[in-house]
Amino acid sequence: MTESKTVVKLGRHGIIILFGLLMLYPVLWLLSSSFKPNALIFSSPGLWPAEFTLENYVNGWKGLQGISFSRFFLNSATISVLSVIGNIVTCSLAAYAFARLEFRFKSVLFACMLVTIMLPYHVLLIPQYIIFSKLDWVNTYLPLIVPKWLAHDSFFVLLMIQFIRGIPKELDESATIDGCGQGQLYFRIIIPLLVPALITTAIFTFIWSWDDFFSQMIYLSRINLFTVQLGIRSLYDPSGSSDWGALLAMSVLSLVPIMTIFMLFQKHFLEGIATTGLK
Amino acid sequence: MKTAHKSALWKNSGTAYLFLLPWLIGFFGLTLGPMLGSFYLSLTKYNLLNPPAWLGFGNYKHIFTADDYFTKSLGVTFKYVLFSVPLKMAFALLVAVALNKGIRALGIYRTVYYIPSLLGGSVAIAIVWRQIFDGEGLVNRFLSWFGIEGPAWIAHPSYILSTIVTLSIWQFGSAMVIFLAGIKQIPADLYEAAQVDGAGKLRQFGRITLPMLSPVIFFNLVMGIINSFQVFTPGYVIGDGRGGPVNSTLFYTLYLYLKGFSFFDMGYAAALAWIMLIIIGLFTSIVFITSKFWVFYGDGKDGR
Repeated sequence: MTESKTVVKLGRHGIIILFGLLMLYPVLWLLSSSFKPNALIFSSPGLWPAEFTLENYVNGWKGLQGISFSRFFLNSATISVLSVIGNIVTCSLAAYAFARLEFRFKSVLFACMLVTIMLPYHVLLIPQYIIFSKLDWVNTYLPLIVPKWLAHDSFFVLLMIQFIRGIPKELDESATIDGCGQGQLYFRIIIPLLVPALITTAIFTFIWSWDDFFSQMIYLSRINLFTVQLGIRSLYDPSGSSDWGALLAMSVLSLVPIMTIFMLFQKHFLEGIATTGLK
Repeated sequence: MKTAHKSALWKNSGTAYLFLLPWLIGFFGLTLGPMLGSFYLSLTKYNLLNPPAWLGFGNYKHIFTADDYFTKSLGVTFKYVLFSVPLKMAFALLVAVALNKGIRALGIYRTVYYIPSLLGGSVAIAIVWRQIFDGEGLVNRFLSWFGIEGPAWIAHPSYILSTIVTLSIWQFGSAMVIFLAGIKQIPADLYEAAQVDGAGKLRQFGRITLPMLSPVIFFNLVMGIINSFQVFTPGYVIGDGRGGPVNSTLFYTLYLYLKGFSFFDMGYAAALAWIMLIIIGLFTSIVFITSKFWVFYGDGKDGR
């Protein structure tokens, strides 16, 4: 072991750490600024607040037009949780059929499913909006939740199909000999073994629904229905007269659920990305 | 025998279709139906209130011959895709390679580099980004320490797009995680053999790492193109939400949104969506076709 090797190693760690801090700076800036009094947010670039205050959080939580952020958080949570359940249940049902069952038109339907993965959302956007507005679903959460209950995110169906294909078929066969029907096979054999794929699906569905600004903006215009993303966007006035402290404080809070889920499921999360290429 | 098999298939089909039912409803009701509907609408003038009025290819004709915003928004989006996708992948690959060399505390580094990808899609981060790059913001203050006078990143039409591109590059973490997993799959003896043959690090990277990773690069490239064409939130929040300044943030999706949901010209917006579909299809097919020449699979089935 030579000294020069240690130096190279230290140097590399140094660069990686420095670059990592640079990467984290915007997030850290957001966090620290949310505790600074309004007047200091843009005048002091340092990360450590010279004056520490919780006022921003108190002010921000009041929300807008008398609707507080507790409402927005509850709304976002409702949408996200119901989306997660929908995706887990219906995608796994479809995946089981595609991976394990034989049926008419299977190959055609399978091809259709693969194609829908590549389909840009915007091609469906206008007609879907028209359908939902004819159903009088605009300004309800149904346009955001119902698609998840119809396995509309084919990506997750494919993810689960791939996973089920890795489960030995002998398990199914011996269970069938023991008298299990398809329903029992799905519930007793496949679902317990599918848990890692279900968790990956759940995590990503939650985060994507939580962050999904575009559809929320299109379908929700009543303030009492607003989600966290819409609430923050409304606090924000690009012309510069926003209450920055409140805005940044609520921004921090909007990231907390995502960070929490990430921390809890880090291993599953990063493995899920690595193996499936989810973004 | 054959009929027995057939009837069994039909019998099984019943159960299978039960499992498939939600997906089938979704496919016909939310994908296939809307696709056909969207194509029909693109041939009409429709504002939600009055019944669609048939135009034939009128919308398309107008888009291609008389719509400056179409050209403009396509240009903005192309520029974004052209810079964002390759740069993001280059960063991801570079950092993945740097992190791979048996480094300690890899888990922590990987997490740190991944966090931007995790949070970057939110409105909150887009707002932070706008403030950091603002004329009086932190980036310019930092530059001023070195005596550089930074431009008005947000207010100036020539710079705001690069600000949005930086935001997307900043989120290279997810691609990096995929690359890291790919690099781990490369057999170590390949490198050992190369070392014996006297190949340097750079040569090893070019001759082993890159070809062995080409399927992953291919995958990241296709997904990157599809996703980048659909970018919306960062442009909407960092710009003024109407494409300004001077149309420099008029992303294709934003133009489509404005046509459909501000002007309620649903038919026109549908036509824009179809053109977008064709453009994305074209780009991904080019990648697919050329992949024959640059994607290598370890099992000898090159280009498949």
